[in-house]
Amino acid sequence: MSQPTPIDVNYVSVLARLNLSSEETASFQTQLEKILSYVELLEKVNVDGVEPTAHAIPRFNVFRDDIEKPSLNPEVALQNAPRQANQLFLVPNVID
Amino acid sequence: MSLTFEPIHVLRKKLVSGELSPVDLAQETLQRFREVEPRINSFVELNEKKVLSQAEATDIHSGPLAGIPITLKDNINVTGESCGCSSKILKGYVAPYDATVTTHLKRAGAVLFGRANMDEFAMGSSTENSSVKVTRNPWNLETIPGGSSGGSAASVSAGQTIAALGSDTGGSIRQPAALCGVVGTKPTYGRVSRYGLVAFASSLDQIGPITRDVRDAALLTSVLSGLDSMDATSLDLPVPDFMANLEGGVKELRIGLPKQYFIKGIHPEVEAAVQKAIKTLESLGASVVEVDLPHTEYAVATYYIIATAEASANLARFDGVRYGHRTEKDVNIIDMYGETREEGFGTEVKRRIILGTYVLSSGYYDAYYLRAQKVRTLIRQDFTNAFNKCDVILTPTSPTPAFKIGERTADPLAMYLADIFTIAVNLAGTCGISIPCGMTSDNLPIGLQLIGKPFDEATMFRAAYTYEQATDWHKARPKL
Repeated sequence: MSQPTPIDVNYVSVLARLNLSSEETASFQTQLEKILSYVELLEKVNVDGVEPTAHAIPRFNVFRDDIEKPSLNPEVALQNAPRQANQLFLVPNVID
Repeated sequence: MSLTFEPIHVLRKKLVSGELSPVDLAQETLQRFREVEPRINSFVELNEKKVLSQAEATDIHSGPLAGIPITLKDNINVTGESCGCSSKILKGYVAPYDATVTTHLKRAGAVLFGRANMDEFAMGSSTENSSVKVTRNPWNLETIPGGSSGGSAASVSAGQTIAALGSDTGGSIRQPAALCGVVGTKPTYGRVSRYGLVAFASSLDQIGPITRDVRDAALLTSVLSGLDSMDATSLDLPVPDFMANLEGGVKELRIGLPKQYFIKGIHPEVEAAVQKAIKTLESLGASVVEVDLPHTEYAVATYYIIATAEASANLARFDGVRYGHRTEKDVNIIDMYGETREEGFGTEVKRRIILGTYVLSSGYYDAYYLRAQKVRTLIRQDFTNAFNKCDVILTPTSPTPAFKIGERTADPLAMYLADIFTIAVNLAGTCGISIPCGMTSDNLPIGLQLIGKPFDEATMFRAAYTYEQATDWHKARPKL
């Protein structure tokens, strides 16, 4: 496996929709490089032919009957909304 | 001895006999809470009126926890109460529904007794990542209580509550329990519904109790367990009465000692206490067998890839739209997300979101995330193989006793290594318990971890109970 290029915290913060101050960007850059060089030890493990584990206790196809059940009413669902109107969540303009 | 240091099973006898009323117990617990809270800072919220009205309404015969004050970690929903995850981004949030464990506690008659401080979104090993306050270890106010369920463990240890719930993703119940000298249980993945627990890493998270002794741990685990249609990972298995076979002893019990867990770097007094505990269990009839967990050294690295990846996805929901904080800045929607999250999340949470986003991103997914999932398979197989040779596995819970406040905050990697002995249990999905097994010369508690086979909490509890009954460590109380 070829060595991945180092993390670019600035770029990843855009992917994560998480703005960072320049101080945070700089300190994360150093700290995450250190953490990533630690996790590189996983490259020593031979994983040829090993299936990945997504859940430790495998469980598949959890079905239920398609029956209507009570759920949160709109007032309750909206009670924590930072902004709301007409039983809807309000957000800034999406299209200018 | 003060009532609030009694375990549930003792208090229940007093309540049922009429010697004690739920209101008296609630008053006494509130009194103790007020007395020591300014020094410990275990709680992010406690509504005394709500506590008393629950106690007044208690029918003492309504269930196995009737009249017992129980504290919840601040990431478990209770209708009408805040559920802030000790984060600024959820400040003021009021839960619109009960978590399934909350429903179970209410049905069992518990008096819900406030909300415990935690590392923000359960990310941390010291509770220093709380945005609300710094919780102190009742045994030494200069040291951390462990984390992330540090408020839960400290409140039980200090006698501010009778028992508490925590959540355990990589050791967040067991490690603080060890450092505070109480009992912390992580049930098998799938035992307890996580519906209403704010998700951190969904393939690892499990709710469990922090208690004064093993009998209380067994009782609460029975109350919390069971299939729940609201959590598809909960399993349809019979829920045993875990208290039923506590007294069966450890004769013929095979205890596995993984050689990879008795390594350099363990605090010498922790090592000595654990070795002494092994001797005690042998003297009670257990046999000891060395087992091999060859992928142990990869557990922390595997965990910090998988847990951060899952966290980065789970925490995407905190975007300032449906609940929680939203930036006041007049910006477009993309910057509204970015600014809201910058203002709302603390440093450790941001660090993990960035790491988790990176390991899932195009070009890096195979090298990090997929590889970690494969190593996870090998770690799981290690446990399956080891359990062919033994019934429970015994290790220290934490390599060191409680460390000083501030000591590791500048070095995230050093903090991550605090969980070195607990993390593999979450990766393997099995159950573990930490029980007190000694004190250091500085009078700090030491914890012993017993790991059970998946869904065999009963044997784990029996081994833990047998050890506990032969020793007095669980009776030690911090001087406050």
